[in-house]
Amino acid sequence: MPDVSLSWYLALSAILFTIGVAGVIIKRNAIAMFMCIELMLNAVNLTFVAFSSYFRDVSGQLFVFIVMTVAAAEAAVGLGIILAVFRNRESLDVDDSSVLKN
Amino acid sequence: MTTLLFVLLAGLAIGSAIALVVQRNPLYSAISLIGVFIALAGLYLTLAAPFLAAIQIIVYAGAIMVLVVFVIMLLNVEEEERKPLRMGYLTVIAILLAAILFGEAGFILYFIGNSPLEPLSPNAVGNASNVGLTASIGTGLFTTYLLPFEITSVLLLMAIVGAMTLARRVGLRPTDLVIPGAQTLTRQTLDPKAIGDATEVESSTTAEAARVLGLEGVPRRREE
Repeated sequence: MPDVSLSWYLALSAILFTIGVAGVIIKRNAIAMFMCIELMLNAVNLTFVAFSSYFRDVSGQLFVFIVMTVAAAEAAVGLGIILAVFRNRESLDVDDSSVLKN
Repeated sequence: MTTLLFVLLAGLAIGSAIALVVQRNPLYSAISLIGVFIALAGLYLTLAAPFLAAIQIIVYAGAIMVLVVFVIMLLNVEEEERKPLRMGYLTVIAILLAAILFGEAGFILYFIGNSPLEPLSPNAVGNASNVGLTASIGTGLFTTYLLPFEITSVLLLMAIVGAMTLARRVGLRPTDLVIPGAQTLTRQTLDPKAIGDATEVESSTTAEAARVLGLEGVPRRREE
């Protein structure tokens, strides 16, 4: 078997990111779209870690650390917004909330 | 061995990611996403980043996904119904753009394959380093990247305040019992004396329901 090289990790990351983008486009449920965004963030994290460990530089891993913090903040605020929208419209379908008013 | 591990974990990650998009029930999507997180944590381990692997499990699979699953259960989300696709002539444009994207990806892969620069593999023998260990991450976080670290803490504070502002309802007193998501309550859940009375009341808080029922003055907290 060939040895795992950097491009394998990058290819895997690209595949995961593309699946995430496709999910955001296809899905209509707000929570499912939110989870697809998390998937995209994780795909990017994988490239950071791969580059960091192949180039022996810890900066990439610190960046992943910060991305995870931002993702946690995003989860708290995003789910709060989803709750508020659900309370007003009783639906999670993003097509039902295409207007910000009311 | 490493190659086998990579293929297994990558397969798990891609399979779970596809399941995440294909599933119609959001709860199953959430469980698939946890599969992706665990596979990525395994990949971080093969990349000699044990600290990030642990953080991945604790923060993502632990904290964030618990929040998501909690919201899914709180809102009692039903399965998505099938709707016709909204695309018309857009399909043609999509196929063209996808062809361009694949062309670009192939171009990049061709150049990566012919690149003279080959980085050090973390898995090769004699390539051990302390990058990715907790000590080196801590050193980097508190020396070179101290300012981003502090900004991150401010960001988290803003997220806490923002989430509380969003979740708060206007005109609520601290003693009001709020039932999130549920818009219809029965009389017996509001009035301890009316056990067996299942009359439904439109409301989002007990105080509102009490007003509708004319139960002003009844204690608003249920005694457990």
